[in-house]
Amino acid sequence: MEEQKIRVLIAKPGLDGHDRGAKVIARSLRDAGMEVIYTGLRQTPEMIVEASLQEDVDAVGLSILSGAHNALVPRVITLLRENDMGDVPVFVGGIIPSEDTVALIDAGVTAVFGPGTRMDVIAATIRKAVAERA
Amino acid sequence: MPELDVLIEQACNGNRRALSRLITQVERGDDSAETVISHLYPLTGNAHIVGITGSPGAGKSSLVNEIAKRLRHLNQRVGIIAVDPSSPFSGGALLGDRIRMRDLYGDSGIFIRSMASRGNLGGLARATGAAVKVMDAGGFNTILIETVGAGQAEVDIAATAHTTIVIEAPGMGDDIQTIKAGILEIADIIVVNKADRPGADITVKALQAMLQLGHPAKTVHHGTVVDVAGVPDEQSALSWQPQVLESVATTGSGVDDVVDEIGRHYTYLRETGRWFEREKDRSRQEIEQLLTARFIARLVALIPQHERDAVVADVAARRQNPYAAVSQLLEKMMSADFQNLPRG
Ligand SMILES: Nc1nc2c(ncn2[C@@H]2O[C@H](COP(=O)(O)OP(=O)(O)OP(=O)(O)O)[C@@H](O)[C@H]2O)c(=O)[nH]1
Ligand SMILES: [Mg+2]
Repeated sequence: MEEQKIRVLIAKPGLDGHDRGAKVIARSLRDAGMEVIYTGLRQTPEMIVEASLQEDVDAVGLSILSGAHNALVPRVITLLRENDMGDVPVFVGGIIPSEDTVALIDAGVTAVFGPGTRMDVIAATIRKAVAERA
Repeated sequence: MPELDVLIEQACNGNRRALSRLITQVERGDDSAETVISHLYPLTGNAHIVGITGSPGAGKSSLVNEIAKRLRHLNQRVGIIAVDPSSPFSGGALLGDRIRMRDLYGDSGIFIRSMASRGNLGGLARATGAAVKVMDAGGFNTILIETVGAGQAEVDIAATAHTTIVIEAPGMGDDIQTIKAGILEIADIIVVNKADRPGADITVKALQAMLQLGHPAKTVHHGTVVDVAGVPDEQSALSWQPQVLESVATTGSGVDDVVDEIGRHYTYLRETGRWFEREKDRSRQEIEQLLTARFIARLVALIPQHERDAVVADVAARRQNPYAAVSQLLEKMMSADFQNLPRG
C-alpha cells in the first residue's frame, strides 16, 4: 500500500500584489512529496475555505505580507469550523510581530513561520500536524 | 469521519463536504474505493463527460472556466476535474489549474477538484474515472476533465469522456506534434485558442486540411478530385465531422460556439445511439484494466518472489524466452490456485 499523499492548499490572502514567497513554499512542499493546490493571488477567506473544502485538503497554508493577518486568519479558521473542517491544521507564513503570533496561535493556528524558516522545518511541521490529526 | 453509507447518502443529497471526502476515498484506491463505487454505480450514467486536452499552456484551464460559466447559464450543474502531473522525483505535485478558474468561486452549482497524476501516464490519474463517478452520482450534469497537458498520447481521455475537445494554440510547431501524437484522432471538437495571437488562421487551415485527410469527403481518382460515390447517405448522416473552432479564452470570445458544439455532439451521441456505444467501450476498458490489475495481484500473491525473480533472470540470460516464461507462470498460478486456495 502506497503511503497517503498529503494534500495542502497554499493561498495568498490579502490585497498585496506579489506571490513570490507563496510560490517558493508551494514548490518546496511539492519537492517534499506533497500535493500542493495553489490558488493564486488575492484570495478572500471565503475563497480559501471553498477551495479547501472542494479539494479536501489535509492542511492550509496562508502566506501573508500585507499585515492584515489579524483580520484574515481568524476568519479563515471560523469558516473552516463552520464547514466541518475545524480539525484541518492552518499554518501562517510571513512577517508577523511576535505578539500577533501569540494571538494567532490562540485563535487556532498550528504554527507561524517567519521569514527564513527552513523549508525542511516547514515540511516536517506540516507532516507532524497532519499525522496527529488522522 | 462519518460512516461510508452516511457519506454516500449526504453526497447524493448535495452535501459538498461529503462529496469531497468520497473523492478522497476513491483516490486512495484502497478497499473503501471499491465500496464507494459499488454503492454509487447505480446512480451514475447521467452526466455528460467532456475531456479537454492539449499542450501545456494552450489555455485549457482558461477555457474550462469560460465553458463552465456558460453551462451554468444553461442551468447545468458542472463538476470539474483538473489533472496535473506528479513529479517523478519527489512524488509531489503542484496543482495550479484553479488559478484560472476563480470566476467560478461562490457558485454551489460548481465543484472543482484538482488531481495529481500519481505516476499514471496517458494524461489522467488512475482514479480520475472513479472521481467522475462520484460527481456523476452527486448530480452534476456536465463533468469537465482537464488533462495533464503533455500534448501527446493523452489517449486515456478519449476512453473516459463522451466528448473530447483538443485545444491548440497558434504555431506550426504544435501542429506537426499533433500529427505525430495522433491526437486529432481522438478529437470530437478542435479549438484553436489564443485566436488573438498572430498565425491563428494558419493553424485553423492546417488543422482543417489534416482533418480532411482523415475524413475524406472527396478522393483523388487518376489525378482528378472526384466526389466519393457510394457512401450511403445514412452512414454520412451518422458520422461525426469534427469542426475547427476559434476562441480567446481570456475574453470569452468564441466560447459560445464551443458550448454549442458540445451540445451538438451530445445530441449526436444520444440520437445515433453512439452514447451507449461509448459507454460500452468505457465499460470494456474499465473491466479489462481491473481484470489485469487483479490478475497480476493474484499472480504476485500466489507465486513466491524468488520464483518470479528466477524466471526474470532466466529470460534476461536467454535461458528462456518471454513467452515460455509467461506460460510457465500462468500454469503455476492455475495449479496453485486450484490446489491451495479456498474458492470464492
Ligand atoms: N492571449 C491569450 N492568452 C491566453 C488565452 N487563453 C489563455 N491564455 C493565457 O495562457 C496562459 C496559460 O493558460 P492556461 O489556461 O493556464 O493554460 P493550460 O492549458 O491550462 O495550462 P497547463 O494546465 O499549465 O497545461 C495564461 O497566462 C492565460 O492567461 C487566449 O485566448 N489568448
Ligand atoms: Mg491548466
